[in-house]
Amino acid sequence: MIRIQARTEPSSVMKFASPLIAILLTLIFGSVLFSAIGKDPLQALHVLLIAPLSDSYNIGEMFVKMGPLLLCAVGLAICYRANMWNIGAEGQLLAGALGGSAMALYLIDSDSIFALPLTLIAGIVSGMLWSAIPTFLKLRFNSNLILTTIMFNYIALYLLIWAVHGPLRDPQGFGFPESAMFADATLLPTLFEFSRIHLGIVFAVIAGIIGWFILSKTHLGFQIRVLGADEPAARYAGFNSKKLSWFVMLFAGALAGLAGVGETTGPIGQLVPNVSPGYGYSAIIVAYLGRLHPIGAILAAIFMAILYMGGDLAQIELGIPVAVVSMFQGVLLFFLLACDFFINNRLIFSQQATN
Amino acid sequence: MDADLLTQILFAAIKTGTPLLFIALGEVICEKSGILNLGQEGMMLMGAVVGFIAAYSTGSMGLGVLGAVIMGAFMSLIFAVLVLQLGANQVATGLALTIFGTGLSAFIGSSVVGQTLPGFAPIALPVLSNIPFIGDIFFKHDILVYLSFVMTFVLYIVVNKTRLGLTLKAVGENPNAANAIGIKVLQVRYLAIMFGGAMAGISGAYMSLVYTPMWVENMTAGRGWIALALVVFASWRIGRIMLGAYLFGLASIMHLVLQGFGWSISPNLLAMLPYVATVIVMVIISADQFKEKLLAPRSLGKPFDPRNMA
Repeated sequence: MIRIQARTEPSSVMKFASPLIAILLTLIFGSVLFSAIGKDPLQALHVLLIAPLSDSYNIGEMFVKMGPLLLCAVGLAICYRANMWNIGAEGQLLAGALGGSAMALYLIDSDSIFALPLTLIAGIVSGMLWSAIPTFLKLRFNSNLILTTIMFNYIALYLLIWAVHGPLRDPQGFGFPESAMFADATLLPTLFEFSRIHLGIVFAVIAGIIGWFILSKTHLGFQIRVLGADEPAARYAGFNSKKLSWFVMLFAGALAGLAGVGETTGPIGQLVPNVSPGYGYSAIIVAYLGRLHPIGAILAAIFMAILYMGGDLAQIELGIPVAVVSMFQGVLLFFLLACDFFINNRLIFSQQATN
Repeated sequence: MDADLLTQILFAAIKTGTPLLFIALGEVICEKSGILNLGQEGMMLMGAVVGFIAAYSTGSMGLGVLGAVIMGAFMSLIFAVLVLQLGANQVATGLALTIFGTGLSAFIGSSVVGQTLPGFAPIALPVLSNIPFIGDIFFKHDILVYLSFVMTFVLYIVVNKTRLGLTLKAVGENPNAANAIGIKVLQVRYLAIMFGGAMAGISGAYMSLVYTPMWVENMTAGRGWIALALVVFASWRIGRIMLGAYLFGLASIMHLVLQGFGWSISPNLLAMLPYVATVIVMVIISADQFKEKLLAPRSLGKPFDPRNMA
């Protein structure tokens, strides 16, 4: 007989082991799935996980994908710590891409050194604005943050599609729904010769470190953690929960906006309808996998970026649709949530139990 | 705008609102038991793809719907085990279900992209369809629309007039008290969650078998999320869910209405309307905090662990 017993203290070992076990179980699930559809599971796993790291170009692409994931995830992790269920990173990212692109196109004839900073700021502010509206609606009108942020994801998507079909469309683009290519002055510089890695990854890692610093080393971070863990206590201590909610949401919006403008001024170089392959949604999983910790998010973002890269390669080499990536992400989160059960519980076997 | 066009618009609003009605009815039952399942979008997509594949490969539309129902219920079972058995956070588990369902549906649907089906033929109900105006709007639909009418009526009776409904509400309001009087809380919640999944499955099948009728990746376009908002809009009341679903149906086909007035607006801006409408409606409803607290099931979203009960 196996019985479940509540632990008296949450297991700190399981807290860190849980993501690793979840990843392992996801890989086993993947192998079974690939076998089921008649693909060699070892080859498939190789393409998904090893091949993305096999040459310098692929590693570069991995970092290109890691940047936006990490930026969004750091913001979300801090929101979730404060119990603000922001599901809107995708919309905030798209808003950042849209606002940044509008600025970049306005500055298309510029060669000023201020052109790029202005473009980035436009993206950041747009992302903040996009997170500010649901925050306002929640704090002022008590509306459900999860649902409003999701609605704003869709609204941002259609706004962006409208813009590339309308006001921001390249007049010389033969009618394609995309903007003109941005001027060099508004493009993020690449870091190396051999790949498309750009300054965005530096911003992302800095964001992770800033996020960690705020959360772990400042009074503000302490207040955020108390607010999330025990709201009555936070109220009793006199913390201003509205101000804290505003801070986490605007911080998350700014980072997601930066992720968006980083995509358009980085690897893409123009505004296109499919700026994001769902980075904002994947970032939710990155945040969880990283244990809602900004530094953990860095490791989780690397893993998720490898999976994204692997998904691209799997489509090319194995004819597997890219959608497997989000399927794996869902499975990973399922396993993670299941493994987290053992942080607060343990299995005991009846022999032990009788002792 | 003439009466003919108005009839057409209202007819289309009902057709467009039907998938929302199905899925929101399922979600309201789930929420009445105290469980918030954010996996609706994922379950709906799985229902759509499995319904389409089942109908496409067997040639039977009925088997398509059945397949979708089973798939929806199965998907919700994953959620139920995690949330009820392992005490996982409902928000995170629901999101995982949606992300998983979005990916898996695209994965298994890739083989039938571009295929089409005949869809369910409309049936004019005898006598009822002859009622002027009303008959043209309500009684010339396909069989699934009629099923949605019946489901709404049955659920209204079950929730408001039967012991089963009382049990369901007791579990959602106060699971500890329900447990104390001998109600099997987890069992009720399992059933409520799986009913919600089955309804999300039908809702998806409506999209891929009737509304479009074909399979396109992400074809539900956020309807699962809108359904969640609809439940808030309806303040957890069955009758209002029906009304709300048709209002959102109307918002989704606003382009027809505006054409009727001779306006032309970019279709991409109009595509935003249902989502904007959802936000506006939610703000109006939720602004009255006192009312919402009064109406929402009291234990909604909170875990219940029978092992903690002595």
